[in-house]
Amino acid sequence: MIDRRDFFRLAAGAGTASLAAACGWDGGNALRPLLLDVSRLNDWVGEKILFSRNRLARQYDLSERSARLPSYFISRVTPMLKDPAAWHLQVQGLVRRPQALSLDDLQRMPRTTYTIKHHCVEGWTAIATWQGVPVSAVAERCEPLPEARYIRFDSFDSGYSNGWDLASAMHPQTILAYGMNDNPLPPAHGAPLRLYSPTKLGYKLTKYLVSMTFTAERPGGYWEDQGYPWFAGL
Amino acid sequence: MTASPASAAAPGQVKRHHWIVRLTHWATFALLAAMVTSGLQIYGAYARFGERGGPYYVNPFQDRQFPGWSRLGGWLAGALNWHFALVWPLVTVGLLYLSYLVASGEWRSLLFRPRDVRGAIEMQKYYLRLRKDHPAQGKHNPLQKLAYTFIVFLGVLAILTGFAIYKPVQLAWLTALFGGFQAARYWHFWAVWLFVGFTIVHVVLVFTVDPASFRAMISGWYRGRFPSHD
Repeated sequence: MIDRRDFFRLAAGAGTASLAAACGWDGGNALRPLLLDVSRLNDWVGEKILFSRNRLARQYDLSERSARLPSYFISRVTPMLKDPAAWHLQVQGLVRRPQALSLDDLQRMPRTTYTIKHHCVEGWTAIATWQGVPVSAVAERCEPLPEARYIRFDSFDSGYSNGWDLASAMHPQTILAYGMNDNPLPPAHGAPLRLYSPTKLGYKLTKYLVSMTFTAERPGGYWEDQGYPWFAGL
Repeated sequence: MTASPASAAAPGQVKRHHWIVRLTHWATFALLAAMVTSGLQIYGAYARFGERGGPYYVNPFQDRQFPGWSRLGGWLAGALNWHFALVWPLVTVGLLYLSYLVASGEWRSLLFRPRDVRGAIEMQKYYLRLRKDHPAQGKHNPLQKLAYTFIVFLGVLAILTGFAIYKPVQLAWLTALFGGFQAARYWHFWAVWLFVGFTIVHVVLVFTVDPASFRAMISGWYRGRFPSHD
């Protein structure tokens, strides 16, 4: 039996120790895996319970566009193609008809334009207009096999990539964007082609696309593999 | 003085808090401490409120980082994982507490109602020394009821604003209810300071007005000078 005085002493000691350990603590080897498991559970809640394929994100008026939209890439300098004319988007993996689509091909496909709010995981938001082809239109053309459940988006930005669940990718507002604010997509924002969707956090929106690969296994991603939530649905 | 076993009633002792109240009280304290500290780490990733390019909401902490000892998680992803994991036990504990209050009828001695306004004014007068005698009270005085009712609403507000910024598209109606994403983020942040302020006042009052209530919140037994029933 612990008497009351011991209990207080113990509680005070444990409190101080945990406070000291708390400084910058990501859970350590004991707790971090558990926190990541809960993060996967939250992914499941976000994907299976909260996400709806038919729910559209609110659109904004052109006059509400933000003056500035920060741009991020992981390379040391803005990633640029040596020969933009030779660029193709490879559509591959578990599909009946793999594709190599040029920018012209993509621009001749169905076109979606929306003015929408971007949510960064850091907490900032900014409104911009995006123009591109719905990922669902690309899927229609390549005919994914029934066992395809995910898409991996790869870039030429030092290997940056993201994995998406098929339902989010087939959402009507998920597009491969080649235009931003009435102009061609600028290099800082992922030229020639980037993934865009108002239903995901910014780090899921792969820039500088080179390929999309349909897979049966869940693909990781640059930030996701370092501990950021995988689903990242808004 | 010998310590009496906590499980048996000594003369003059009365059972004040059910174990569910004591458990949820301390669990809430620990969970909230982790939510606040991981929240301060998350805040540091974008230390302002408002759309990119402004205008920004009034915020004395704009572009400021909180000291390392007050942050949990090490970096943004670490803090997010703490925050999104601990919200579930926090909500569970909160619901357990509220269910107990309803089931036991104890909500009657805690909920601040319009009829408590007069008593609250009298209590405030006493604290300001405008009146000499302590007004008669039940288990809690009207100002305590006000504080404990407020803190439940603050908890609900913190959770709802949290979900509003967690899923601003799927729960767009909730986000709109708080005035949009950045506004919801702003209120979520202010909830932190209300929690911190409440906790400081709460602890100061416990030790200056009714130190016996501290022991009561641990063992359940109370031998202070206030009634334990209405």
